Amino acid sequence: MTVATITPSTAGYTDLPSLIRQMSGDEKHEPSAHSTLDVLWVLYDRILDVTPERVDDPARDRFILSKGHGPMAYYAVLAVKGFLPVDALRTFTGVDSPLGTHPDRLLIPGVEVSSGSLGHGLPLSVGIALGLRAQGLGDSRIVCLVGDAELDEGSNHEAIAVARAFGLDALTVVVIDNDTATHGWPDGIANRFAVEGWATADVYGRDHEQLAAALSLSHAGRPNVVVAHVESPGEDVDSLGEAVA
Amino acid sequence: MSASSTLAESTPVDTMRERFGAVTTEILDRDDSVALVLADISADRFRSVAKRHPDRVVNMGIREQLLVSVGGGLALTGLRPIVHSYAPFLVERAFEQVKLDLGHQGVGAVLVSIGGSYDRVESGRTHQAPGDVAAIGTLPGWTVHVPGHADEAELLLRSAVADSGRVYLRLSERTNGRAQLARPGRAVRVRTGRRGTVVAVGAMLDPVLDATGDVDVTVLYAATVRPFDTHAVRSTLAEPNVVLVEPYLAGTSSHLLTDGLRDTPHRLLALGVRDAELHRYGAVEDHDQAHGLDPAGLRRDITRFLDPAA
Repeated sequence: MTVATITPSTAGYTDLPSLIRQMSGDEKHEPSAHSTLDVLWVLYDRILDVTPERVDDPARDRFILSKGHGPMAYYAVLAVKGFLPVDALRTFTGVDSPLGTHPDRLLIPGVEVSSGSLGHGLPLSVGIALGLRAQGLGDSRIVCLVGDAELDEGSNHEAIAVARAFGLDALTVVVIDNDTATHGWPDGIANRFAVEGWATADVYGRDHEQLAAALSLSHAGRPNVVVAHVESPGEDVDSLGEAVA
Repeated sequence: MSASSTLAESTPVDTMRERFGAVTTEILDRDDSVALVLADISADRFRSVAKRHPDRVVNMGIREQLLVSVGGGLALTGLRPIVHSYAPFLVERAFEQVKLDLGHQGVGAVLVSIGGSYDRVESGRTHQAPGDVAAIGTLPGWTVHVPGHADEAELLLRSAVADSGRVYLRLSERTNGRAQLARPGRAVRVRTGRRGTVVAVGAMLDPVLDATGDVDVTVLYAATVRPFDTHAVRSTLAEPNVVLVEPYLAGTSSHLLTDGLRDTPHRLLALGVRDAELHRYGAVEDHDQAHGLDPAGLRRDITRFLDPAA
């Protein structure tokens, strides 16, 4: 399929590489270089109850990309799902483009939170979850994506403790773990949430069935975290899949 | 406008912080689009309203980054958050949250601080934030109120909550004897004179009036400094000698005044908290004196400015 024929009604996961290349201009790297790609696809294809027509619906589900770095996979998924015109992708980082290396919610309808500086998305998500619950919209899900290195920021740990204290069961955090945190997370990332009482799951972050199942688990009365393990930069994709599975 | 048009003539019976507690409680009971976010500070004052509205009165514990971020998240869902703590923790510790989780997201909130510049003089530097207004002043789109009386704090709080923008309401234990403010955002002429204009901000009004009782100057009173009502200064100016007296870092609003007077050759003296860290406890009067903000110090600096050759 060529770029010109990609429309939201016909496009799918297999179109993401060509869409990403419109931004990266990169012919060498496969889309697997984008650690968030599969999680983003599963969320928008199978989990989130939101459409381009409902970006202002108070009852929509909300996705918060806290790890705002490397948003090309995010933009590609938004384009496939009709939130962004496909034509916008080739304007990436232009002065009149809505697309920069960190997303801006004032430029892209459907982007819930402007991110870039690490450690803001999860605390904001706690506020969004509290705000929706206070308005009787507690059925709307809030899914926040963070990176394993982003968890270094202490603001996340303020949010992790308080989300459980308030029983924010509408909140799901997905941690993309490509093992890039400088000092690592001894005993694993999930434990950092488990000690605060969160429901936890560890999955292979390239396996769509595993991701969909973990993102659909019920966790009444408490938030949940899905740690999506992906290869480290430069590591072979398949070898990690076998290790996690 | 003269003193006869002032809002109230009585000495306040409560502090700004007490008034903030009572009025915020009333608003929360009446308006379910308003939420209050706390980080332990003042939580005891809101215990009963928190029981009535547990979803809209939320205490983060001692977590100021989260305090401000949650305010941003609530605003993203359409609520009007009031976010409260001591000035150094609310503005300085969580400054990037103020910048990004409110301003950059394009949402509003009412930040209400207590502590002023050195209300907590016995606590030392950790609980003091004379640079808070200057810091907020680096961010676009903020309204900053510095009330000088509990009645003014109430008026400004009510107007801030009814608005949808980003408002910093800076409360203090220091207070003027009477409220002056009639309309939020507008400076008030308290006295008319011929040799220059002294602009007193917030609780600096009473010391300025004390200091200039027999000095022939116009005294303007401002309880809002972002935006600064430079039009009032321009339109009431007799001689182009302007003294700005702010209860926080000296010169915080100088550039706004000079910009407002850019078509008039003028002299400007900016008084306020000086930038040296004193490493002293003591009483607030000791610090007023150290910064030249007591009536004697103000009088000395203002009269020297008006009569440089004397």
